[in-house]
Amino acid sequence: MNSAWEVVIGLEIHTQLATKSKIFSGASTAYGAEPNTQACLVDLGYPGVLPVLNEEVVRMATLFGLAVGGTVASRSIFARKNYFYPDLPKGYQISQFELPIVVGGEMYITDADGNEKRIGITRAHLEEDAGKSIHEGLDRSSGIDLNRAGTPLLEIVSEPDLRSAKEAVSYLRKIHTLVRYLEISDGNMQEGSFRCDANVSVRPLGQEELGTRAELKNLNSFRFIEKAINFEVDRQIELIEDGGKVVLETRLYDSDKNETRSMRSKEEANDYRYFPDPDLLPVEITADYVEAVRATMPELPDVKRQRFVDDYGLKTDDASILTGSRALADYFESAAGAGTSAAQAIANWVIGDLTGALNKDGLDIDHSRVSAADLAGLVARISDDTISGKIAKDVFEAMWAGEGTADDIIESRGLRQITDSSAIEAVVDKVIADNPGQVAEYRGGKDKLIGFFVGQVMKDTQGKANPGQVNKMLKDKLSS
Amino acid sequence: MELHVQTLTELKAGLDRGDFSSVELTQAMQARIAQHGESLNAFITIMDDAALAAAQLADEKRAAGDGGVLNGLPIVHKDIFCTRDVLTTCGSRMLENFISPYDASVVERLSDAGAVVLGKSNMDEFAMGSSNETSYFGPVKNPWDLDRSPGGSSGGSAAAVAARLAPAATGTDTGGSIRQPAALTNTVGIKPTYGRVSRYGMIAFASSLDQAGVITRSAADAALLLGVMAGFDERDSTSVDHPVPDYVAGLEASLKGLRVGIVRQHFDSGLDHATGEAVREALQVLQAQGATLTEVDLPNLDYCVPTYYVVAPAECSSNMSRFDGVRFGRRADNPEDLLDLYSRSRGEGFGEEVKRRIMTGTYVLSAGYYDAYYLQAQKVRQLISDDFRKAFESVDVIAGPTTPTPAFKLGDKTDDPITMYLNDIYTIGANLAGLPAISAPCGMVQGLPVGLHLVGPHWAEESLLRTVHQYQSQTDWHRACPEAFR
Repeated sequence: MNSAWEVVIGLEIHTQLATKSKIFSGASTAYGAEPNTQACLVDLGYPGVLPVLNEEVVRMATLFGLAVGGTVASRSIFARKNYFYPDLPKGYQISQFELPIVVGGEMYITDADGNEKRIGITRAHLEEDAGKSIHEGLDRSSGIDLNRAGTPLLEIVSEPDLRSAKEAVSYLRKIHTLVRYLEISDGNMQEGSFRCDANVSVRPLGQEELGTRAELKNLNSFRFIEKAINFEVDRQIELIEDGGKVVLETRLYDSDKNETRSMRSKEEANDYRYFPDPDLLPVEITADYVEAVRATMPELPDVKRQRFVDDYGLKTDDASILTGSRALADYFESAAGAGTSAAQAIANWVIGDLTGALNKDGLDIDHSRVSAADLAGLVARISDDTISGKIAKDVFEAMWAGEGTADDIIESRGLRQITDSSAIEAVVDKVIADNPGQVAEYRGGKDKLIGFFVGQVMKDTQGKANPGQVNKMLKDKLSS
Repeated sequence: MELHVQTLTELKAGLDRGDFSSVELTQAMQARIAQHGESLNAFITIMDDAALAAAQLADEKRAAGDGGVLNGLPIVHKDIFCTRDVLTTCGSRMLENFISPYDASVVERLSDAGAVVLGKSNMDEFAMGSSNETSYFGPVKNPWDLDRSPGGSSGGSAAAVAARLAPAATGTDTGGSIRQPAALTNTVGIKPTYGRVSRYGMIAFASSLDQAGVITRSAADAALLLGVMAGFDERDSTSVDHPVPDYVAGLEASLKGLRVGIVRQHFDSGLDHATGEAVREALQVLQAQGATLTEVDLPNLDYCVPTYYVVAPAECSSNMSRFDGVRFGRRADNPEDLLDLYSRSRGEGFGEEVKRRIMTGTYVLSAGYYDAYYLQAQKVRQLISDDFRKAFESVDVIAGPTTPTPAFKLGDKTDDPITMYLNDIYTIGANLAGLPAISAPCGMVQGLPVGLHLVGPHWAEESLLRTVHQYQSQTDWHRACPEAFR
């Protein structure tokens, strides 16, 4: 990137709230049903129907507001955002405008220099989603699926505090982790439960005034968001350096071509004619309610990460990975138990082999084929020298294949490590006797050959000899 | 006594005594509708078979010792209420073919209580109008003079009740749409407190002002119906969980000590002299019954109409957006593209008055005008509410004329929307403040009825109904029937 320019990014994240029914009707929010089978008369905007607020969304927004240190408004107002579109049944979207449910807040990310950086949250407001227009497979006409119409969304608006695509992604990931921790959203990006618009502008380094921004739409994966922002930043810099001007507009990201293109300029944009929705009462939230919700607050990701470092002695990076989701963190804690001695070893297994196996089979942690208790059992057998780390990998694979616990497999396959020194000594003596040439070379100063001797012993014992013991015994014998 | 001349309360007693069956009663009303319905143009839909089936069911229930408080009693619904499997047009070409898939709460409650629905009454298009002339289905005629308007927007309901085609009808009132036609047709019309009756299934015009009520021949009849319609409904967030008193039981208390407030400005210029005299006489009757009369001030009264004509169109412009030709209602033939679909469907579907209000409402909500119009109107609306609140510190009801003049001729005001709007000058305040109000017959001017208008504080329906009931126990105006419809 050109160092003469500073990038300024603000994100608007649309999080679908994980309620069973819609924000203003009793219809189901389940994803993937046949078109228009989950839209009731309220969702269809029939004459005479009225919205009734699903109180669960208020709880979820309150929880979010508290988690980011924002103010949960004692009084917030639903407003109508008026515009015509076929997938917007009423001709207006019920949203919040002047008085949102959450005001202010913050989130900390790690910037490029490894320092903690505060990203301000301007507001978070509740609104209903629109339906979907379908153009594919329909000859010269368009279809409308209103299943999604009325699905509750929490729109989280950040301050323009982000200075690079990487920071934007990092902030987005933290919000993504948070909403799943709070269990207010499933965060599924493929299904559109978590999507964002990015307001991107550039300005000469050192300039106070913000440059003209473009709003990027349709960003539905972390990778695309980074690419789209980077493309847009380059486009704007190039444009300005060539003497052009950035115009205020909405641009759509095309992931196939990796480019953004103009959708509409703000001049020709709708005047949404927001006004308070007379069908809904103001949302009044009491201090008691806020405290009751606060009492249900789970341990938040940043706090949990620090605790993993402090209590389990984990490396910070490992703690970050393990606290990336509540389920993963729970799995780790369940495996690590109260003890801290095996914690780092368990962390390594969870992050390494277990995650590898999960990814390979396309499973999430909740569906792991090896339970936390069984993984702890495996690590315990390494710690107590029953098996070596190398054998443990085979045992893990067998466990993953459903052959039983570590102990079962060690027993049935006879993998128990040989620690009986007389048994090891017999093999060591045999290897020394069988390889006089190498013995001479070793004694002549070629220390590296120790690996060869260890290898021979391990081979003869099918890897079951305790490697430490073998090493020590070989060195003693060869140097005598 | 012939069935059609009896009030709802009298018919209920007759059914209870077994003097006649609900089927007989329904057939009698259907005969009246067949005879006069067309000349008045009071109905958009007549539900002959469904009504008879409901009457039959009511008779069976009665025979089994069963049935609700309205069991077997015929009524009419304004065509703004969604009625399941029945055409629900809202007086508009837009919904010319709209069969509602569900019942409005009001419809559901009345049907559950056993009411028999005779049909759906004509109305101003989407309830926007004060003369019934904006209906796509043509104007309703006033039974007192077929050349005159019955008022609007609930003109069909008022005409049907006044002409004895039905003993009672539902209506809706956004700025006077129940009370003004009641006044012009010699019927009783009550608009309850905002939130008293559920708006679910009532096609919205201006959501913060709309309220359902009834048009009947007596206060007692209104009390009977309102008791069934009123009450909290979880499907309408603006309905209020406030206890519903027994309105019928509350009718008999005396008016002794009732403090009646009179607004001086109501009797100033603009009020037809003879109409004012009739109202003054009615006030004397109340005084004779033990009420005290005092003057009260509503300083912001003059701003009611302008405030209303900002707030109502603003909400209307948004409420009308769902009529886009996509999911229901009128859809233009062979649209070229989306914009063409929208503009032609709406262009063809909506009439002039609806378009005028959509335009006005869109304008007052636009960027740059919102503060000067919509926001300002909301502030004035608050001042008007405050005026009423202060007035009700010293009086129990505020009394005055319902309309400035008796019924006007059809076509007289159609060229001048402002003159038409001024017809609601006395009624709009109650909507802006969310207060209950009633209009009752109180005299005749050159053979045309005059209405007495009473406004009460929130939840004072009981006192309004009692005041009118006591007044009606001393007067006969409400019994007057146009000669051609006796």
